[in-house]
Order: sequence, then structure tokens, then C-alpha cells
Amino acid sequence: MTAINTTTARINHFADLEALRQVSAQTLAVRTAESVRLPDAEQIQILVCGGTGCQAGKSVATRKAFEVAIREAGLSDRVSVHQVGCFGFCRMGPVVVIYPGETFYCEVAAKDVSDIITHHVMGGNPVQRLLYAPSPKEKVRVQTMAANPFYKGQQRVALKLCGHIDPEDIRESIGAGRYFALAKGLLEMTPASVIDEIKRSGLRGRGGGGFPTGKKWEFAAASVNDVKYVLCNADEGDPGAFMDRSVLEGDPHAIIEAMALAGYAIGAKQGYVYVRAEYPVAIHRLGIAIRQAREVGLLGEKILGTDFSFDIDIRLGAGAFVCGEETALIASIEGERGMPRPRPPFPAVSGLWQKPTLNNNVETYANVPDIILKGAEWYAAMGTPKSTGTKVFAVAGNIMNTGLVEVPMGTTLREIVYGMGGGIPKGKKFKAAQTGGPSGGCIPAQLLDTPMDFDTLVSLGSMMGSGGLIVMDDSTCMVDVARFYLEFTQEESCGKCPPCRVGTKRMLELLDKITTGEGTLEDIDKLEELAAGIKATSLCGLGQTAPNPVLSTLHYFRDEFIAHVVEKRCPAGKCQALTEFRIDAELCKGCGLCARKCPTNCISGEIKHPFVIDASACVKCGNCSDVCKFGAVVH
Amino acid sequence: MSCNCCKGMITEDPRFAELDAFIASAKSTPGSLISVLHKAQHLFGFLPEEVLQHIAAGLQIPPAEVYGVVTFYNYFSTEPVGRFPISVCMGTACYVQGADRVLAKIESELGIKTGQVTDDGLFSLVSCRCVGACGLAPVITIGGEVHGKLTEHDVPKLLAEIRQQAIADGLVEAPVQEPVAAGSDK
Amino acid sequence: MINLTIDRKQVQVESGTTVLEAARSMGVNIPTLCYLKNINKIGACRMCLVEVKGARGLQTSCTTPCTEGMEVTTNNTAVRAARKLVLELLLSDHNMECPTCVRAGNCELLQLSQEHGVSGIRYEGEKHAAHCDCDSPSLSIDSSKCVLCQRCVAVCREVQGVSAISLVGRGFESAVTPFWKTSIDAAACALCGQCTLVCPTGALTEKDDTEKVWAALMDPTKHVIVQTAPATRVAIGEMFGMPHGAIATGQMVAAIRSLGFDRVFDTNFSADLTIMEEASELVSRLQNGGPLPLITSCSPGWVKYAEHFFPDQLDHLSSCKSPQQMFGAIAKTYYAEKQGIDPKDIVSVSIMPCTAKKFEAARDEMNASGYQDVDYVLTTRELGRMIKQAGLNLAKLRPEEYDVPLGIGTGAGQIFGTTGGVMEAAMRTAAAWLGGTDMPRLTFQEVRGEVAGIREATVVINGNVFFLAIANGLAAAGRIMEKIKAGDTRYHFVEIMGCPGGCIGGGGQPIPSEGPDALEEVRLARIKSMYAIDEAQTIRRSHENPAIQELYREFLGAPLSHKSHELLHTHYHGRGPAGVRKAAAASGVKK
Ligand SMILES: Cc1cc2nc3c(=O)[nH]c(=O)nc-3n(C[C@H](O)[C@H](O)[C@H](O)COP(=O)(O)O)c2cc1C
Ligand code: SF4
Ligand code: SF4
Ligand code: SF4
Ligand code: SF4
Ligand code: SF4
Ligand code: SF4
Ligand code: SF4
Ligand code: SF4
Ligand code: FES
Ligand code: FES
Ligand code: FES
Repeated sequence: MTAINTTTARINHFADLEALRQVSAQTLAVRTAESVRLPDAEQIQILVCGGTGCQAGKSVATRKAFEVAIREAGLSDRVSVHQVGCFGFCRMGPVVVIYPGETFYCEVAAKDVSDIITHHVMGGNPVQRLLYAPSPKEKVRVQTMAANPFYKGQQRVALKLCGHIDPEDIRESIGAGRYFALAKGLLEMTPASVIDEIKRSGLRGRGGGGFPTGKKWEFAAASVNDVKYVLCNADEGDPGAFMDRSVLEGDPHAIIEAMALAGYAIGAKQGYVYVRAEYPVAIHRLGIAIRQAREVGLLGEKILGTDFSFDIDIRLGAGAFVCGEETALIASIEGERGMPRPRPPFPAVSGLWQKPTLNNNVETYANVPDIILKGAEWYAAMGTPKSTGTKVFAVAGNIMNTGLVEVPMGTTLREIVYGMGGGIPKGKKFKAAQTGGPSGGCIPAQLLDTPMDFDTLVSLGSMMGSGGLIVMDDSTCMVDVARFYLEFTQEESCGKCPPCRVGTKRMLELLDKITTGEGTLEDIDKLEELAAGIKATSLCGLGQTAPNPVLSTLHYFRDEFIAHVVEKRCPAGKCQALTEFRIDAELCKGCGLCARKCPTNCISGEIKHPFVIDASACVKCGNCSDVCKFGAVVH
Repeated sequence: MSCNCCKGMITEDPRFAELDAFIASAKSTPGSLISVLHKAQHLFGFLPEEVLQHIAAGLQIPPAEVYGVVTFYNYFSTEPVGRFPISVCMGTACYVQGADRVLAKIESELGIKTGQVTDDGLFSLVSCRCVGACGLAPVITIGGEVHGKLTEHDVPKLLAEIRQQAIADGLVEAPVQEPVAAGSDK
Repeated sequence: MINLTIDRKQVQVESGTTVLEAARSMGVNIPTLCYLKNINKIGACRMCLVEVKGARGLQTSCTTPCTEGMEVTTNNTAVRAARKLVLELLLSDHNMECPTCVRAGNCELLQLSQEHGVSGIRYEGEKHAAHCDCDSPSLSIDSSKCVLCQRCVAVCREVQGVSAISLVGRGFESAVTPFWKTSIDAAACALCGQCTLVCPTGALTEKDDTEKVWAALMDPTKHVIVQTAPATRVAIGEMFGMPHGAIATGQMVAAIRSLGFDRVFDTNFSADLTIMEEASELVSRLQNGGPLPLITSCSPGWVKYAEHFFPDQLDHLSSCKSPQQMFGAIAKTYYAEKQGIDPKDIVSVSIMPCTAKKFEAARDEMNASGYQDVDYVLTTRELGRMIKQAGLNLAKLRPEEYDVPLGIGTGAGQIFGTTGGVMEAAMRTAAAWLGGTDMPRLTFQEVRGEVAGIREATVVINGNVFFLAIANGLAAAGRIMEKIKAGDTRYHFVEIMGCPGGCIGGGGQPIPSEGPDALEEVRLARIKSMYAIDEAQTIRRSHENPAIQELYREFLGAPLSHKSHELLHTHYHGRGPAGVRKAAAASGVKK
């Protein structure tokens, strides 16, 4: 539903808000893990994921199929279909959850709908084949989210309503408690006490740097000016991270509420959300949420009958990673080239249009309402003393369960990888995990018990960044990974300052040399020298952190670099120039599978006799090695 | 006026009227250039010279500055794109899952390199950095629609389906015919 | 006041002072590349990094304000290494061809590399794709030598209000170019050359015409004459170690004569001629109700700007050609006739403080004599280079005199080269013509001034009230034109000069050896010398110039005569592409 019921009156008092909560309270009461299947008269709710991931899997068709099927089965009065936001388990999408009972279905296509209606909705028996099987071999299936190892151990604060409410209906958000923190702030707290609450919660910025959020609010509040701005950084540039997208798609009112609270705390009337243009669904939902909030008076003039007025507009990015850096983001909102500006002056003093400006990340804001509502102590009790609360990680790469995992700060990497993540597929070994995206570094296998918090990660030469967590197995070449990140930062450098513009190019050239077998030991020294120099002299965080992935891989995997330059060998077999594929005649059973999968037909042989590869025609795609069941293809 | 080449186009092409209306509504909002560019690219598919001149005059921003902004952002294209612009995610999650092989396969299937348009104007190819569907890595988008969990082996079928549909819809002629000029919208 | 220490020495500075300014005030010269006083403070080049105690990492001194108790170190191992790295990286992406580069003499990049002991480039690799824009008669842009300091972009936007060029592209392939990467010739550019004054390297330069002039000089069949603009004589000495604004008129004439020119004449002569025509035009417009205000048209940078940006206001511009073009027209008619030389054998060269004059000379309509009025235009910088090529040390030459008759000018003609000068020259003549019985006024202090945008003045001459305005720099020109366009009709006469300070600050003038931060000071020194030359002159009103009187008597008849119109007046036309001035609302605050 895009336009809310026009009879919904403007909210002028706390009582209006409370009344509106009641409207959807009952609907939402059904959506708890505890709710059990009650007699047939009970309402059944079918929640279909409408996040970007599931939409890519045609979840819209699935939802429509449900709607049609229910109508045709004459179930409309007791079965309802709801589009909700991302459950964080997008790889298994389209995800469908059915209440009561919280039955969690995966990969539900439109053609599966009739089975669910017949067996589950009408017959009361879950459709086994669509339930999640944690282990592909054992075929044991789990029915509920709570029983699903991916969700077990997660503690959801920022993501708590994602997948739980219809993000396009403000009544559901209010029913789930949104805007009560704003009400509490406006009606019961002073701006200073709001800031104090945030400070005491220990919340630190989730956008990368981990700067204490309360302190930032305090600085912005201290700047004297009639006009101030509140920004929300939804540029989510770290490739592989998608928690901000998920929050905007699944619970946009959390951001609106938190930004309004921030506006109240620092004395701003206007906010902007800067969203990357690559997120059309998030932009669409956020736009709807802002319009609905305005309609009911939760944005605009005199919110909740107080003297506080606040509004929010959306600004779109246009494909520049550097615009996630806050001064570049400000330049971009001003309609200019998104090039970072030197600090001081800090945005808290002179930011957007030279006015004091507060900027926080989406996930940072998503934590704010609960901190105000439940108190700083509640929040600070989670996580570690210096990194309080929870953190969302976007787990991806060579891992069984990819998706969004929200855990208390300080949870170990092992718990994430082998707990929620379900371990490494295809029987391969964990080699390293990369955190912090292009600004971060890697954590090798021997540090699997690292607690994931801001300071520990920095001490290991990585960083939290936005929470991207890329898991790599032993077939990954770490030199190639370092090269990949550097190529990214090099392409995304804004070009303003020479160390980053030219320096990252020179580093990339050195890495290219190494991965193509032209490198020397001297080049490794040069890389380190350059890395240190670029970090020390670059203007903004992009250049200052661009060398990190290289430094970190050099630190933990120096032997791989040495293998590339001295032995001219890529241990992982990824760097094409350094890899030669060969069939071990002892091991080859002569099945011929490799020959069929070879794109250049350069493998020949007779069935039941060892096959051979014609190295001159081999394009080193690795197919043969992947498909051989006997490990006979070596490199 | 030394240049009259765009005059006729401006009066005849209704898209300019729509753009003008948008500019008029955006003009009083500070920093609206980027949103106007988004709108223009949406209308025209790309940002040709005369459109940028038009925007510069409309927003009263010197053309060189407009051009500086356009060329800064990857999202904006000053070259025509295909009817089905393909964008291959080369973000980390996708790269680790073999996005490079998918990209290579698309390049060889279409016979174009990244940044180019096929002769028939049907496909253009770019790489991008993360569309937020990382859980489905590797991911590509075709005309804005996300396709996930791809392997290079899925590529030929996917492209063939789109091409067939396009031929059926009369968007392009069946192969062996003369290729149509890309982006010709006269 | 704020107290801090820089390199262990105490300093006290005003609040708002940057660390760079504080250091320079105490004689510590922190190197800079992108910084441009009052114009560009963007922290881009990273040359000015210093260590600030307690700060995370090195800080750019050009952007960091001084704070109480700050402890700054401008020279230690970390700082030196940082600056050296920046230079090495810049050079690794630079088309190093110093021996053949026009800027080698005063290239900031070269100088910094020397000063920082860059003895080899450790990091080599691919260079950014270079493109060279050499189509314009005035300017060349060679991106292979650009360090992306953005000083040119800032000057063009902030000082000139033109924004003909911008940073384009991103990252390693960024470049400074006009719209759509076309030639600067195809852009709404005034060709004023202010950008060339601030470029630290050989990336943005005047188009070099010295070889063509050498060729003419070496051609025995040609009668090569030269005119020197008023502002050149107070600037050229700077290229030969003389102080800022040094008056080097006689030495310049001597040097030029040594280069082989047949006659050395003076643009001051034709400046006087311009006043005769322009003052008459003003009187005629006042009497006959012509479009007012009358606006000067002797600055081709300004004229080109007006043609792009205010094509519907061109009837305000005086129809008088600039002094350069009047000279050219007279040289190939009156002078040729008088000397009995076939005008086709005359090569007319002018020495100008200006890059736009090169374009002006090449305009289609500048050929009233049947030949191109002016054949070659050299900037002051190019003349300086030719003098050096000829092995002459200008500072040591014995002064010589201009040739007659086209070398005779008055003090009024001389001050054409500074802002307010044309106005004052015109008022001197007007005062004499309208003056009644009083001693006609010579000095009009109210129209003089420094480089400061727009000045207004009211001058009363024998009951006639003149409401005047003077604008210099194109940003100021744009502002005053907006007023006029909006129907502000108070002004009678408006002087507009394209460059800050007028031609003494022209885009073809020598670049201060201290770098462009010294420009402000240099301009003031040159202005002072302009008035000093004027004061030393016995004849200080244009109409009293005997050579001018003779010219009218023998050849033109009277101002605004048919012949004058044919030779000395011209017309202007709107020029594409249309210029777009930045709207005030383009950057604003949403309440
Ligand atoms: C190159 C670069 C990219 C960044 N990208 C993002 C981003 O995509 N999202 C984000 O929230 N912060 C990003 N940041 C961090 C922001 O500059 C800023 O610190 C953050 O938005 C502040 O919010 P927080 O305190 O809530 O973390 C980036 C920083 C750098 C240097
Ligand atoms: S460090 Fe890189 S991204 Fe940042 S300002 Fe410098 S060039 Fe631009
Ligand atoms: S690596 Fe690829 S090309 Fe080479 S032999 Fe194996 S399958 Fe064929
Ligand atoms: S797949 Fe393995 S076993 Fe079979 S032919 Fe190829 S190398 Fe031999
Ligand atoms: S710009 Fe400077 S460094 Fe570059 S070639 Fe010219 S003189 Fe040498
Ligand atoms: S400075 Fe050295 S390298 Fe350059 S021209 Fe002179 S002698 Fe040759
Ligand atoms: S010549 Fe003048 S107008 Fe043209 S780019 Fe340079 S400064 Fe700007
Ligand atoms: S052209 Fe010159 S002034 Fe302009 S950015 Fe390049 S080096 Fe700097
Ligand atoms: S002010 Fe002088 S130097 Fe500048 S453009 Fe005009 S004529 Fe040329
Ligand atoms: S989009 Fe459906 S689970 Fe993420
Ligand atoms: S990395 Fe490819 S979609 Fe995120
Ligand atoms: S002079 Fe300070 S950064 Fe360039």
C-alpha cells in the first residue's frame, strides 16, 4: 500500500500516536516467534520479502501469486499477504514467512504458491521441500527462523523490524513502536538529555570510523547558527555491504525518526538522506515513508504539537564511491563534483552550505530510537565496554550462508563464520576474512577467534568499516585480492590530490607486475614505501586507507608475495600468468569430464586413459580443475 | 548564435519540454544539478551535448561546470547506451564469486568490451560496484533488473532470451540484417 | 590575537590566519602548489604539509587555521619525505621536457623539485592521457604538464566569473578542459589569459608567436614596425631582474630596435586617437540620445566576454576599435602613404600585456585598410623571451626614444593601461572641451583606484554632470552588466577592463618570480609607475598630442568623420556558444 488511508488524521498529540499504534497492534501481535498455530479461525499472515535481493528472484511474482491464490480459494477474510523488507538471507530468496508459527520458506517461486496454500495454509502442514536445509548433505530441514542456524545467535537491534513490517505502511511501523522514541525525546527530554543518552550508550558511528556518536551530536549542537543540517549517509559504498540498503528498504521510519531526534538534539530543521542511485527500491520506500510521515505530521511543522519542526529530503548519488566520505557527500548534495574538502573546518562547524552539519550512517541512526526508548544502559550492556551494542555484518564470499548477520560487538569471527555463516562450502579451508572493505584488511585463519569490535580490528591492521565481511577460502590468491582492492580505490580516487591520484596508480602497477610474474623483491619494498607515503599525505580517508589491504596482506601473507616474485608461482592458482594447468597421469581416471568443460577444447585423451592439456591453447579458466572429481588437474 | 543544430531538436522533441518543466521546479532548490541530470538521463537515455547545454542555461550554471559534474560520476553517460544496458557488478562479494568470469563471458558473447554498445544498439556493457544484492553474488543488472547467482554458463541463455524477445517485439531486426545506428531517436 | 609556535619560535597572529600565512609572515617559506592567496585554498596538492603537535597525521598549512598554543614544525624528516613523495609522484605523471618548455625559467614544479632535492623518480609508470589544445590564437592548454592544482579554474571562476574551464573526469584521468572537452576556442572564454598567469607549470600558456615574428624580422623585403602597449613598459623589466613595476620604457625601445624592427612606435599614440573618437562618440550619444551608458571597448577580453554573455547589450559598447587596432589601421594607410611604403610590405607587430589581443588582431573585421590591421601580437612575456634569445640584457641597455610620428603619445594615452585610466583620459579631454573659463582639471582621483571590482564616481564639469562607473576583472564586468541589462540607466560612461587592475594585470604580462601570490603587490607597483610616467609627461591630454592633431589635419579630417568611421570604428556581434553566468541561487541555503 503506497498511500495510507486518508482518514488517518494528523497526529497532534501523544494520544493520537498511541491510538494509531493500536490500529496495527493486533496484526503485528501475530508476528512473533512465540505465536503458535491456533484453531482454524485464526488469521494467517503471509509475509513475502520485497527486498532488492528477493525481488531479483521474482518475489513480486510470488507475492502476486499468493494474492491470486488466496482470492481464488476464498480465503481472503482470514489470510492476508504482506510485502516486507529484507530478512538478510537474500541468497535463499525469495523468502516467505508465514505466521502464526514463523515458518520460514526459502526460494519460493510463483509455482510453489499452490503447494503452500494447499498444504500449509489449508492443511496445516509445512511444505518440507521449501524449508531451509542447513546442511546440503543431511537434508534436515528447519521450520522456524528461530531454529535456523543463520539467525541463531543473532541479536537484532538495527535490523529488528526488517522483514517484520510492511515498510510502505506507516501504521505498521507505528504499531511496532516507531516514533515513540521521538515522542519521548520531544515531550519528555531536553536536547541536551537526548545527546547525553546517546553519549552514555557508547554508540559509535557504523559508517566506518567508529567515532562516538554522542560526541558528534554534541559538537554540532554547540555550533551556534540559525540554520543547521542533519545528514544521513546512505551511500553504502563498500562493495559487498548491504545493511544500509536493508534498513532503508525494511524499516525506513527508523531513519526518519532518528534523524528527527538528531534535528531536535542539535537544533536543525532540515535533513537530507544521500542514497546511492544503485538502490532504486530503497529510494522508493524511503520516499513513501517520508511522504507518509509528512501526511500524519511526524515530519513538517510542529511535530507532535511541539514547537519542533523538521523535514527530510532525499538526494541521489550518481556512482562515486568517494561521495561516502562526508565532505565529498556534502559537495555532492550541493550539486558539485564530489571531491573531499580539507578539515578543519569540520562539518559540525561548517558543512553543507557552510552551515553546521551532522552526518551519520544509516545503521548508526537505526540504533538511536531504541537507545532513547530503552535507555543508554540497556544498549551499553550489549557488546564490549568500548564497542557497545550490536553490529551488522554483511557476510559474503566463500561461505555457506551469505547474508546480514547482526551480533553483539565482540562476537568472534569464528562464531560468525562457522555459526551463522555455516562454514566454508565445497570442503575447502578458511583462509582469511576481509573486513572494512577497500579501507580495511584481512584476518588470517590463525586469528579466527578475534573478537569483532572497533579497536581489536584496528589493532590487527584491519578495520570495522561498514561491516562488510568477505570470507575467502584456500583457493583465493591474497596478492590478487590486494590487487582487486587497490584497483577499486584507484578507480574511485577523485583525483584531487597527487598521493592518491598518482600514488595508487603506481601501487597498482607494481601489483600488476607481481601478479603477472614481472615483479621483483625490490618492488615489494617499493610497495611498502609508497603505501606508507600515501597514507601519510593523502587528503581524505580514501587515500589514507587505500594502502591498507595491501599492507595487511603483506603482513599476514608475505610468503605469497615472495612466491609470486621469487618462484614466479601463484600458490592459489589464480594469477593466470603464473599458473599452468597440468593433468597428473597417475591420478587421472580418464573420465573425460574436463575435456567436455574446457572452453577451448584443449584437453584431449582417450576414455579410461590419462588426458592431457595442450598448454599453448589453455586460457587458464580453471574449469578442468574445478570439475575433476579425482583432483587430477594440478597447477 | 553560432550553433543552431539543437534548435530544431529542442522545439520538436517533447522530452525537452518535460525536462524544462523539471528544471523549472528544481531551479529554486539549491544544488539541484545532480537531480536534473538524473532526470535528463532518464528521459534521453544518456546526456548528449545539447542536453547539457540546455541544462546549463536552464539552471544558470556554466556549461563547463555542468560537464565537470557529469564526468565525475560514473552513473552519467555522455555516450548512447543500448536498449538493454548491462551492468556487471564487480564489487567484492561478486568478484570473489567469479564476477570476472561472468564479465568475460558477456564480453565474448556480445563481441564488445566494457563501455561499448553492440552494433544493433541492443546491449551496452559497463561494470559497476555493488547493487546491494551481494547475497546473490555474482550479480548483473540488465535494464535495471537484477539477475543474481549467475555463472558464466548462464550468460548465453540469458542474453539469447532477451535478444529473442527484442526481435519478437520488433525492437531489432533478426540477425544478419544491417545493424541499426545506436541510440538514433530522430 | 592567537599565540602559537612555528619551528620553536613564538608568533602572534590574528584569528583566522592560516598556518601558512603565519609562517610566511615570519620568513618561513612553506612550499605550495595549489594555494593561491585569497582565491584557491583547497588543500589539493599536499605540498604544504606540516606537522602540528597533537594532530593526527600531517596537516596542510594552507587550510589549517592557527589556534592558541599550536606547535607547528615545518621542517623535519616526515615533512620533507612527504613533500618529496608528492613531487616524485607528480613528476612520474608529468611530461618532463624542461629544456624545451616555455616555463622552464620560472616553473614552480621545476623549482620545487630542485629545492627539495628530488634526485630521481623512484616510481615510474603510465602517464595520464594527454591532450593538447592549441587551436586558439591566444592560448594553449597542454594537459601533459598539468598538475591539477586547479588555480586556473579558481581564477576563471572567482576572479573572472567566466568558468570557461573546469576540472573534468575523475581520478587519474582528470583534466582541466572547457565544456565537452572542446578547444578553448569553441568555449565561452574571454581569452583574457588570467589563467596563464597563475598556472605553476607550462600547462596553460599563451600561444607562442615569436617564431613568426623572427621570420618577419629576418625577411629583408618586409618593413617591420612595432607598437608597444602602455602597460608593457612597467612590466617587462621584471623579466630582467628589475623591481616590480620598474619603468623600462627606454630600455625596452632599445631592445626592440636591436631585435631588428624597422620602426618602434607606441600604442600611446593610438590611445590618444581612441580618446578623440570615443569622447566625440560620448558627446554625440549624449546630444543625440544614443544608447547610454557608453561602454569602453578597448579591452578585447572584455569585448569577447560581452559577445558571449551579453549579446543583447552590445549597442552600449563604443564602436571605437581598440588602440591596438586603430594603430594597425593607421599604420597601413596614413603611415604607409606618408612613408611611401606599399602596405602589403608592412608587417605590423604589437607588444601587448594581453592574450586576448592575439584573438582581436585575428578577427575577420579588423582589415579596414584592405590588409589585416595587425599581423602579429606578442605578449610582454614573448617579447621578453625574444630579447633573451637575442642575448640582450634589457636592464643594462642605454634607453632610446620611440620613432616619430606614431611613437608620440601623451600622459593620457599612457594611463590607458590601468583601471580608471581610459575614464580619466576621457575626462581630461572632456574637461578641456566643456570647461568654460576654469583651468581644465588634469587629475581625477575619484576614478582611480586599486584592483577592486566596481567603482562609481560623479564628475561635474562646468555644470555637466557625468555619472561614471569603472569595472575591472570580468566578474565585476558581469555584475555591472547585469545592472545595465536590468535597466539601470544612471551611468553615462562606463569603463570596463577585462583584467584585474586593467592591462597592467593583463594575462600576457610577466609572471612574478615569487609566483602569482605576489600579483596583488605587483599590480599596485605597476599602477603606481603608470601614473608616474603620466606625471612626468609635459603633454597629458590626448587632444593636445601634436601627432594626433597632424593626423586629423592631414588625413582623417575630424573625429567621427567618414574616414574615421571606416578605419577606426567597428561593430560587435553575439558569439556562440552563449555564456552562462552562475546564478546567485545556484549555491544557497535552504532554510
Ligand atoms: C572513501 C570513504 C567512503 C565512505 N563511505 C561511506 C559510506 O558509504 N557510508 C557511510 O555511512 N560512511 C562512509 N564513510 C564514512 C563517512 O565519511 C562518515 O565518517 C560517516 O558517514 C559518519 O557516520 P557515522 O559516524 O555514523 O559512522 C566513508 C568514508 C570514506 C573516507
Ligand atoms: S585521497 Fe583520493 S579521494 Fe581523497 S581527496 Fe585525495 S584524490 Fe580524492
Ligand atoms: S584451464 Fe580452462 S582452458 Fe585450460 S585446460 Fe583447463 S578448462 Fe581448458
Ligand atoms: S576430469 Fe579429472 S579424471 Fe577426468 S579426465 Fe579430466 S583430469 Fe582425468
Ligand atoms: S612544466 Fe615545468 S617541469 Fe614541466 S616540462 Fe615545463 S619546465 Fe619542466
Ligand atoms: S639541466 Fe641538466 S639535464 Fe637539463 S638540460 Fe641542463 S644539463 Fe641537461
Ligand atoms: S582565458 Fe580568461 S576566460 Fe578563458 S579560461 Fe582563462 S581565465 Fe577563463
Ligand atoms: S592548467 Fe595549470 S593552473 Fe590549471 S590545473 Fe593545470 S597546472 Fe594548475
Ligand atoms: S584588460 Fe588589457 S590585458 Fe586584459 S584583456 Fe583587456 S586589453 Fe587585454
Ligand atoms: S532481499 Fe529478501 S532476504 Fe534480503
Ligand atoms: S558486491 Fe556485487 S552486489 Fe554487492
Ligand atoms: S598548497 Fe596547501 S595543499 Fe596545495
